[in-house]
Amino acid sequence: MRLEPIEAPSPARRIVPPALAMAATFLVAAALALIAGGNPFAVFGLILTGAFGSKFALLETLNSATPLIFTGLAIAVAFRAKLWNIGAEAQLYAGAVLTVILGTGALGLPSYLMLPLCALAAMLAGALLLLGPALLKTRLGVDEVVTTLLFNFIFLLFISYLLEGPLKDPMGMGWPKSARLTSEARLPRIVEGLRLHWGFALALTAALLVWVINTRTTLGYEMRAVGQNAEAAGFAGIPVTRVILKTALLSGGLAGLAGFSEVSGLKGALTLDLSPGFGYTGIVVAMLALLHPLGVVVAALFVAAIFVGADSMSRAAGVPSYIADIMLASALLFMVLAILLTKFRVRRD
Amino acid sequence: MSTETEAQVVLRLQGITKRFGPVTANEEVSFDLHRGEVIALLGENGAGKTTLMNILFGQYTADAGEVELFGQPLPPGAPRAALDAGVGMVHQHFTLADNLTVWENIVLGVDHLSTLSLKPRQVKSRIRTLSEQFHLKVDPEAKVGRLTVGERQRVEILKALYRDAKILILDEPTAVLTPQEAKDLFATLEEAIATGLSVIFISHKLHEVMAISHRVLVLRHGKLVAERATHATNREELAALMVGAEVSAPSIESRAPGAPLLSLHQVSTPDQGAAPGLKALDLTLAAGQITGLAGVSGNGQAALSDLLSGLISPTKGELLLAGAPVASWSPRSAIAQGIARIPEDRHKTGTIADFDLTENAILETYASRFSRRGWMDWARARAFTKDLIQTYDVRCPGPDIRIRLLSGGNMQKLILGRVLEEEPQIILANQPVRGLDIGAVNYVHEQLAKARDRGAAVLLISEDLDEIMQLSDVIHVISEGRLSPGFARGSMRPEELGGWMAGNGFDAEAPDAA
Repeated sequence: MRLEPIEAPSPARRIVPPALAMAATFLVAAALALIAGGNPFAVFGLILTGAFGSKFALLETLNSATPLIFTGLAIAVAFRAKLWNIGAEAQLYAGAVLTVILGTGALGLPSYLMLPLCALAAMLAGALLLLGPALLKTRLGVDEVVTTLLFNFIFLLFISYLLEGPLKDPMGMGWPKSARLTSEARLPRIVEGLRLHWGFALALTAALLVWVINTRTTLGYEMRAVGQNAEAAGFAGIPVTRVILKTALLSGGLAGLAGFSEVSGLKGALTLDLSPGFGYTGIVVAMLALLHPLGVVVAALFVAAIFVGADSMSRAAGVPSYIADIMLASALLFMVLAILLTKFRVRRD
Repeated sequence: MSTETEAQVVLRLQGITKRFGPVTANEEVSFDLHRGEVIALLGENGAGKTTLMNILFGQYTADAGEVELFGQPLPPGAPRAALDAGVGMVHQHFTLADNLTVWENIVLGVDHLSTLSLKPRQVKSRIRTLSEQFHLKVDPEAKVGRLTVGERQRVEILKALYRDAKILILDEPTAVLTPQEAKDLFATLEEAIATGLSVIFISHKLHEVMAISHRVLVLRHGKLVAERATHATNREELAALMVGAEVSAPSIESRAPGAPLLSLHQVSTPDQGAAPGLKALDLTLAAGQITGLAGVSGNGQAALSDLLSGLISPTKGELLLAGAPVASWSPRSAIAQGIARIPEDRHKTGTIADFDLTENAILETYASRFSRRGWMDWARARAFTKDLIQTYDVRCPGPDIRIRLLSGGNMQKLILGRVLEEEPQIILANQPVRGLDIGAVNYVHEQLAKARDRGAAVLLISEDLDEIMQLSDVIHVISEGRLSPGFARGSMRPEELGGWMAGNGFDAEAPDAA
């Protein structure tokens, strides 16, 4: 068997494989639900109502999607330019740390200054964190997959140190936890009384902005050119190195915003379990979205719905919520295969 | 020489037709190959030679027609069938593993390297026998990565002989060889056909075809347009058959040189892997002149082209534009200084395959012409591209389709338009017509001549001597990164240029010669 590239894929060619990938995902999940002793239709129904069935459930899903939109965008921006940023997890924590440093009473600013300041600082922190690996890549040819991935572990240990030492909450009963943000540094809720915070709106805006950057701005054009064919871009006079560095700043900044939004909008303080791997799940989200910024919003909602829905389903049906992780993993694998099939046809020898 | 009626037919192609969408690559191609015979498959780039061979090797399945090998029909679309039946092919681009030795490369794919049955000593002694018998001098123990291009080709031929190939297919074998190496290759082929081997020799070089083949088959636009016994034809007839009588090449008159627009003074650049850099090179491009750069590929053309494109800077010596030395040098400054660059590889370097025509058309000028305060002006870019498509006759559905869907000729027209719209003073054209059909070739040549007539300095780099001699006002030969003196149009015969291409004459010129 071998793969033959398809020069001009038909519309069906572009739609059918991804649709089949989603169908296959649900088929796998259904089989697992059966094995676990549940009725697949009931399980999917419970996941659906668990994610969207009530106002509470819906808002929970939107809240869970928020950090994934940010990290998904961070990954999509970087991957488009073929900058393989696997370090969104660390960049997220860098943003969270800066938010905590500025927002726990060190500055006496009103909310309308405090929040933009924290957000900007979080972006800067995330951006600078990715600038290092990007410089190593452009200057010395060091593989950014290795540096960004491994730096996640180093940075998490550093956070652990901060939470045990300089940033430890003196009122925290000995828990490794930062002090709480002042109310001026908290993102308010969109509607009083409902749990959804303004971080979600910020994430939607960010997605829209990234889309505008991609399609309308000079930088977007340059980033796409460098990602598609760096050799041709360089030949045409596009400053490839500078574009990669700018991409790194944008990508890291978006991941940093995820940290700001989680601390300021949801948790109110920094702990080591702020992110259950949003930086990595962001990769799945970006891939499912085919790196399209608006697709990221949809993919993040899908992923969040499965997680939130599976949690409530497992309480009701007794099927373990791990099924969510499996669905996500199989969705990614099937989607990668589907993307291949939109571009190549399989031929038997 | 074989007589057609008596000798055994080893390969028979019958009515081979292959279409790619609307393009017909091969149409009703039929011919026989006899034992001990050399047939030349002659045709322009894009005439369908490679497609035909890919069908023979099962890479493509023909839409119609069949292949018969030694009297047996060949199953279509089975890559190993032809190999197993005794057909060996030496590709233009070699398929050798650099990190393995010569003998390991030769047995690779025939025997398993790891099996116990493999006896290196026997393998090597057989290779030595073959290499003596066929005058293919190469050390079986040498690492392929260290061999010259000519030696690698010998390994490829040995590989085929080691597998007991009865039919040898050579795809443009001399494109990478010096004239002396080509001569050695021909000696090998003489030896091979004496032992009963049959050869298909693919080329568009007429003198080689005349020298080596028994029969010539001429392909044009995928059709077999003529078949001639070599002794009964001549170069002029073959040339006419190959290009067809209906299109005539533009006649280009010589011009006197104007002011020097770009000069290199004793410029050296680092070697690029196996390809040499420039060695203390002097060159002046004058206004209103086409300067042709001839040479065997891999002799410093890439370095010179990269230098003028702004991709590399001289490590020694000076680059002067209109008499003034340049300070900082990059692709962007080269463009800003009015250098139009037509790159050798239009797929990898010249265009971005998945970008549409508009995005490709503005690739060099987006920053200065189609961008305001960081925002792209797509409406203007699109209008500009539409004009370009009109002016330069780019055949396409519109500015919004991806450029990968265009033919090579139309792709090249867009690149031409992109750079010529800027009214450049200096034009670097590196292999501008490689792989184009004859109509596109003439179009490109006309455009270059037109640019020259309005006063531009053109540097034409090509491995095709005919192209160089037809277009250039002055010709230099590059060999091992050194440049021959300039020869005025018409003052040199191809044989003399061939001598320079082989590296003769440089030592007398070199100031530091022993």
